[in-house]
Amino acid sequence: MSETSAIVPESALLSEVPVLRIVPPGRWWILPFGELWEYRELVYFLVWRDIKVRYKQTAVGAAWAVLQPLLTMAVFSLFFGRLAHIPSEGLPYAVFYYTALLPWMYFAASLQNATVTIVENQRLITKVYFPRLALPLSAVLSGLVDFGISFLMLLVIMVYYGIRPGITMLLLPAFLLLAVLTALGVGLWLAALNAIYRDVRYVLPFLVQFWLFASPIAYPTSLVPEKWRWLYGLNPLAGVIEGFRWSLTGHGDPPSRLILISSATVLLILLSGIAYFQKMETTIADVV
Amino acid sequence: MTDSVISVQGISKRYRVGERERYLALRDVIARAMAAPFRKRQSREESILWALRDVSFEIKEGEVVGLIGRNGAGKSTLLKVLARITKPSQGWAEVRGRVGSLLEVGTGFHPELTGRENVFLSGAVLGMKKVEIRKKFDEIVAFAEVERFLDTPLKHYSSGMQMRLAFAVAAHLEPEILLVDEVLAVGDTEFQKKCLGKMSEVSQGGRTILFVSHQMSQIRRLCERAIWIDHGSVKMNADALGVISAYETIVARQVLEAPSKNGSVSRDVAFMGWELLVEDGQSKHVLDHFGPVSFRILIRLPKPIPKGLYNILLVDDQGRIMWHANFELSSMEAGTFECRHRLPTLPLKPGAYRWKAGVYDGHRWTDSWWAVPELVIGTKPITNTADEFQGTLNLPCETEIRELEKASKPAP
Repeated sequence: MSETSAIVPESALLSEVPVLRIVPPGRWWILPFGELWEYRELVYFLVWRDIKVRYKQTAVGAAWAVLQPLLTMAVFSLFFGRLAHIPSEGLPYAVFYYTALLPWMYFAASLQNATVTIVENQRLITKVYFPRLALPLSAVLSGLVDFGISFLMLLVIMVYYGIRPGITMLLLPAFLLLAVLTALGVGLWLAALNAIYRDVRYVLPFLVQFWLFASPIAYPTSLVPEKWRWLYGLNPLAGVIEGFRWSLTGHGDPPSRLILISSATVLLILLSGIAYFQKMETTIADVV
Repeated sequence: MTDSVISVQGISKRYRVGERERYLALRDVIARAMAAPFRKRQSREESILWALRDVSFEIKEGEVVGLIGRNGAGKSTLLKVLARITKPSQGWAEVRGRVGSLLEVGTGFHPELTGRENVFLSGAVLGMKKVEIRKKFDEIVAFAEVERFLDTPLKHYSSGMQMRLAFAVAAHLEPEILLVDEVLAVGDTEFQKKCLGKMSEVSQGGRTILFVSHQMSQIRRLCERAIWIDHGSVKMNADALGVISAYETIVARQVLEAPSKNGSVSRDVAFMGWELLVEDGQSKHVLDHFGPVSFRILIRLPKPIPKGLYNILLVDDQGRIMWHANFELSSMEAGTFECRHRLPTLPLKPGAYRWKAGVYDGHRWTDSWWAVPELVIGTKPITNTADEFQGTLNLPCETEIRELEKASKPAP
């Protein structure tokens, strides 16, 4: 406490009331984390809404969260594994694919949700204020429930194949965080782009398909020539997926270099995504 | 300036309107770039529309201010700027306190969710905290009268029920400042009354309200002050009754000057206008005193009427007839006539009333017309404004209370 604070100026008394200054959009953007924190209950309710609606609309409900990766795993095991004999680093094919599909499915679903979130919530956007970042954020967070359900399935598979996760599993939350941030970063870009160019959502399936094969899901990273690994790591999912596989099964060496590169990319995508999203945000209520 | 809770300084909002589509398709952008990769993108012919232009005003704590003006005048844009939905292009505004905006009924509602779930969702979207919603939940449900359907998905609700639930949530918002856009215009009259009642309750609780409406009767009931927005600028900012009567006079003049859509030529009788007979400088369509009232109605008869009737009705904003009279017409030539009427008093409660005039030519009612503009009664309300729904008359009443007999004290 400094001496000057002994006398409370009138303005300090008034400042108990939040004062809001409404000004034209500036050229600089600030990281809006403080405001997002203020609106955390809204984020919670948006996530809650997404989940409720999703499970009410699909007859299969939660089972879908398990069936999707499970069926994909079966197809991959059959074609890439049994028929194409792609190496699986000594892991059973089921475990090898499922550990990769777990973050992948989460990522792909989050992108789908995030891309359309601005357009689908345009009535909200034009009628009430809240930090618009809450929309892609909640789109990405609501996918975590499905993730949780399919994660339980993974435990079943691992027990079946007798794979005991080691101490490395403690690092899983870190990789999950990396997955969430990747989905958020890319999701922010796509949400903003789709708000401006309405056909981005139609491009999305191609992007997702392309990304699937550019990530170490159907094959291990070891298939990529050593000297190109760093380039491969620029795909943030490469780090995420190898991280998942390694931490869940404890097989092989920690993919530290890959994860480092991926983390850096994620940070870049995320920050640029926030910047781009906020640039779009200033005009969005006038457009949607 | 320190006691202003809303302070708006030179706010302008610019929109670009041009051939540009509302939104672009990536496909088109790419196609354009492929077709002419080296040509710099031409600045297309874009015209600029100023939705708001240099708007400034202050609102003090606890004031209830109405925003009026024609469609497209910029009222809603102004609310959107204050609600932070869109940013101003120039100028700034300062708002002190928690702001709640109510620009739509049912913001945040989702048809797949139940009534109960939607109360929470909509409440959160409108800025309520979870504990707050939980605390007021029963009150909200009771206000909306939907107790029995709480666990039914909203899509099975009737539109009236949805509306009631939506408004109930909104009405229980407790921000210090409330921005309201014409949301009361929907719904049945009974519920509207309930909402208006709730709103005046809210405003008496010291809350600051900025309120857009096209229904002058609402503004008159709720607001002390009104701001008239015209072509994006503040045209008038004064006490509500004054602003409304000025606004209505202008609107009425425009209606009168506009060529009659009804094609009065084909009519047998033409109604030309009405006005109060008042001294120069006073409003010809606003009555603000309790004493005798003189007014005239101008009609034109294209054909002579040997024997007939002429009638006038005064109708309130809910269609109830306040007064009706027939007058005989005999051996009227074709021409323009002035009908002068004098009433000893017209003690109606403040509000807008409409004249309806008609002529009977001896065989049939030739025509009847709703007179524009409305008659606005702007006398000071004598009865409590909160009792606005009871009674029709606004009569000064002398009251004396005497005790006739002492009540026997109850035994201790």
